[in-house]
Amino acid sequence: MEHYLVAIGVTAGIYALMALGMNVIWGMAGLINLGLVGFFAVGAYVSGLLTLKLGFPIIVGMAAGSLAAAVFGVLVALVTVRLRGDYLAIVTLGFAETLRIVMSNELWIANGTDGLSGIPGPFRGALGPHLFNLFYLGIVVAAVIVLFFLVDRLAHAPFGRVLRAIRDDEQIAQVAGKNVVLFKVKAFGFGTAALGLAGALYGHFTSYIAPDLFAPLLTLYVKLSLLTGGLGNSKGAVLGAVLVVFFLESTRFIVPLIPSLSAVQGAALRELLISVALLVILRFYARGLVPERIQHPPLPIVAAAPATARS
Amino acid sequence: MEVLQLILNGLMSGTILAVPAIGLTAIFAVLRFTNFALASHMTIGAFAGFVANVTLAWPIVPSLLAAFVVAGLVGVATDEVILKPFRAAGFITTAIGSIALTIALENCVRFIFGNQLRGYDLPIRRDWVIGGGLRVGPQQVENLVIAVIAMALLFAFLSFTRTGKAMRAVADNPMLASIKGINADMVARLVSFVAMGLAGLGGMLIGLDTTIDPLIGFKTILSIFAAAVVGGLGSLPGAVVGALVVGVGEELSLLFLSPAYRSAIGFLAILLVLTLRPRGILGARAY
Repeated sequence: MEHYLVAIGVTAGIYALMALGMNVIWGMAGLINLGLVGFFAVGAYVSGLLTLKLGFPIIVGMAAGSLAAAVFGVLVALVTVRLRGDYLAIVTLGFAETLRIVMSNELWIANGTDGLSGIPGPFRGALGPHLFNLFYLGIVVAAVIVLFFLVDRLAHAPFGRVLRAIRDDEQIAQVAGKNVVLFKVKAFGFGTAALGLAGALYGHFTSYIAPDLFAPLLTLYVKLSLLTGGLGNSKGAVLGAVLVVFFLESTRFIVPLIPSLSAVQGAALRELLISVALLVILRFYARGLVPERIQHPPLPIVAAAPATARS
Repeated sequence: MEVLQLILNGLMSGTILAVPAIGLTAIFAVLRFTNFALASHMTIGAFAGFVANVTLAWPIVPSLLAAFVVAGLVGVATDEVILKPFRAAGFITTAIGSIALTIALENCVRFIFGNQLRGYDLPIRRDWVIGGGLRVGPQQVENLVIAVIAMALLFAFLSFTRTGKAMRAVADNPMLASIKGINADMVARLVSFVAMGLAGLGGMLIGLDTTIDPLIGFKTILSIFAAAVVGGLGSLPGAVVGALVVGVGEELSLLFLSPAYRSAIGFLAILLVLTLRPRGILGARAY
């Protein structure tokens, strides 16, 4: 049981990292990323392959995984950033799916659908499985804390203020002389770097990655985390991730209690519950548990639109 | 010779791809958002047709009609209850909402029908050999004819009926249309019905060629987006041209890539078009 709780804690930490990354992309810059699982997978694969096949130290693998995800993020953003957000939505979704197809079919890269197993974990052998999980939980929590302060710092820095300005009204930001395209690309790159880091941490923890693990559902989990906690602030992102992992794990126990459900039906019901939860929160609680606070008193607005659900 | 056969196959699969692609682009033109829930409506259409064809033993054509109507009705209902409020909240909310919706609906189908592959009740027929050793399956030709008829009906509806003209007016200029007294809500419902109906029809047509499972919609969605973007998002004739281009491109890719990469070709096409000509082949403008 304790083993299980620690594993859940690590998962929650990894989700929190992703939620923090998405908070920069979505919450602060107002950009969409429907293929977050693709960038997560890039981090996991790059770090896994570098450490397993080329024998690089784990820390180098993680840094490279994070960097690789950021490079892909910048490229994807560059193609679509001047267009309406719908194009970014399509391209990010397409990126994740295409990556999954490539990793499933190119056996020489990472064994295709069989996946990559035996990815090393830091001191896994020396610590034994039990202590290793606890140690890893420590690493993940440390990573969350560092990223939390980084994103929080970013949010209060001029950079974050410009991002929010772009999110709220792109034209005004442009008129104020801000290079909107550059800021968007930077935000997307920073966010995808966090997603890549989360992926790398995931791979070194479970020691096994395969294309099927990177299904679009994970994208929904992270969106759900971010929305539950409250879009646009880092505390909400972390809190939301913990709650969502808790919710996901509890459906794992509740669903099998319903009699006469086949395994497929149980899985379908879980996914249904999660997607319905996302729809309900998106519709009725879009501000989340910890609503974003604006640090400076807003200027008096004459005809203020009701600030309900902002996208 | 092989190239000619691949082009022929591509034109046929492209024509079928055009049916849901028109649905996607029509929703974008009138309601101004990309509806990712199209994927699950293709699945719903494919399974509605399966129930009609296999469980109720209807012939193929009435089953296709059932696919159209059921998917269309689900489309109107979900748009009215779920997506419409999101549209007011901005496009990111709508896009994420439609993704969540598509996963919810897909899992409803999975809950009822399970994950196994199913096939329609079709007579087994020999391929026809047409001039110069080219081969076509009779079922493919039938699908092609049905797709062409469906699209011809749609274009006739949009060109010659009052309601069709109202739909085009809203797509063109919503403000002006409302000044002229066109009821935008009714038009929105009609567009949802027709577009999701076409998605359902397309889902079943694709299923007739292969097999169906709850993922049938999600597996083809990339090709459909590619068709709409290559042709020009928001342009109906563009969706047809884009679908033919993507269909032929996917088939020709078989010359040097494994069949698994078919939908990756769609992604490449999207990247290429967005880099070189974002408004697509026939699009009026890039949004």
